[in-house]
Amino acid sequence: MTATKLSSESIDEKEDAAVDVMPFKATLAQHNLKLVRDTTHTLQINLGFLCNQVCRHCHLNAGPGRQENMDAKTVDAVISYAARSNFETIDITGGAPELNSHLPRLIEDISPHAARIMLRSNLSAMKDKLTDLVDLLQHHRVTIVASFPSVNISQTDSQRGEGIFQESVAVLKYLNGIGYGSDKSGLVLNLVSNPTGAYLPPAQEQAEKRFHQILENRWGVVFNNLYNFANVPLGRFRDWLINSNNFENYLSKLLSSFNACAVEGLMCRSLVSVAWDGSLYDCDFNLARGLPMGGRKIHVSEMDGTPKQGSLIATADHCYTCTAGPGFT
Amino acid sequence: METYYKPEDLPKFEEIGKEAPELAKKFFEYYAAVFAEGELTEREKALIALAVAHTVQCPYCIDAYTQACLEKGSNLAEMTEAVHVVTAIRGGASLVHGIQMRNIAQKLSM
Repeated sequence: MTATKLSSESIDEKEDAAVDVMPFKATLAQHNLKLVRDTTHTLQINLGFLCNQVCRHCHLNAGPGRQENMDAKTVDAVISYAARSNFETIDITGGAPELNSHLPRLIEDISPHAARIMLRSNLSAMKDKLTDLVDLLQHHRVTIVASFPSVNISQTDSQRGEGIFQESVAVLKYLNGIGYGSDKSGLVLNLVSNPTGAYLPPAQEQAEKRFHQILENRWGVVFNNLYNFANVPLGRFRDWLINSNNFENYLSKLLSSFNACAVEGLMCRSLVSVAWDGSLYDCDFNLARGLPMGGRKIHVSEMDGTPKQGSLIATADHCYTCTAGPGFT
Repeated sequence: METYYKPEDLPKFEEIGKEAPELAKKFFEYYAAVFAEGELTEREKALIALAVAHTVQCPYCIDAYTQACLEKGSNLAEMTEAVHVVTAIRGGASLVHGIQMRNIAQKLSM
């Protein structure tokens, strides 16, 4: 990457007035960097904000009351986009994607168009659909990426809701029973852990070792990989940070942990995110912030193929989350 | 209210090197080496530090190592148990001196 001043026609949102931090793009410029797209190989599909949980760290404010969910026509447009593009990976997320009735058809029809399909799950939304949905996931070798913040019951429940730890363990055991999480089966079960408060996550390798040890010994659960990600100061997590008087310190912590080396591998450089209404974003966090790709709302049906290499990525102060420490890749 | 302990002083710790830079350099290098992953994990070392911080009753250390423990993946139950460990040792250290008291009392008593 080269030292280039960002276009004067900014695609970024104004930086947050609530806190006095250096704008993200200014920090990039200090390091002679700019954030531009590389080859896009992942299509992330956000099926909507409806969720059975009300997690306190959710950057989308997802929950049971949300009405924004992808309809059949938009699902068709997304499948058609995948068919005329060349994505390696399809990454399905929400809200709780299991609550969108079009999920099974999406998986069926989009599977021929990418080598790898991922489904992000909060686990508890899967518990009433285990037989039919999991058969489908197994059939299409869908990688399950499950939220599991902590091996500690009270930490998990404080972030995700009372009783969620036990429900999650029950679903993980079911998935293990059909081969998910076992190295031999080829059915991949990955866990995602976000800190349960205003602090950064532990080193990945050490945390993964500990999760394997405790989940297997104490709960009889196996999984393939653990990914640790910092919480993004948007949505419900942002509200919690402000209300608990942690916002300024958290942003300062993200800023002081800025790692220029992480920029090259950021997921927004190789991913395009389509929202429930078919509009496109550089990542799910920009979707939450309302920062569309290229600075204007483009519908998925308008796209000829993957976004152009070299095009600018919209940024704001939440981008410091993905460049903190090892980065969000 | 004015107080001797100010949270904003913690990030200034390195300023202690201004008058004796060589000693500070040696100290901070040693400090970093001690807390690096070794036979004990960084998480385990942070728990020990948190416990000791309570024994030496250093507010800066309690602040720093509470955050460090959380960031290394520990939870509040583990951190609370660590504090109980040093509390037991500290209390035990007092109590075991009761033997000295008993010895002296026995020597003086009929």
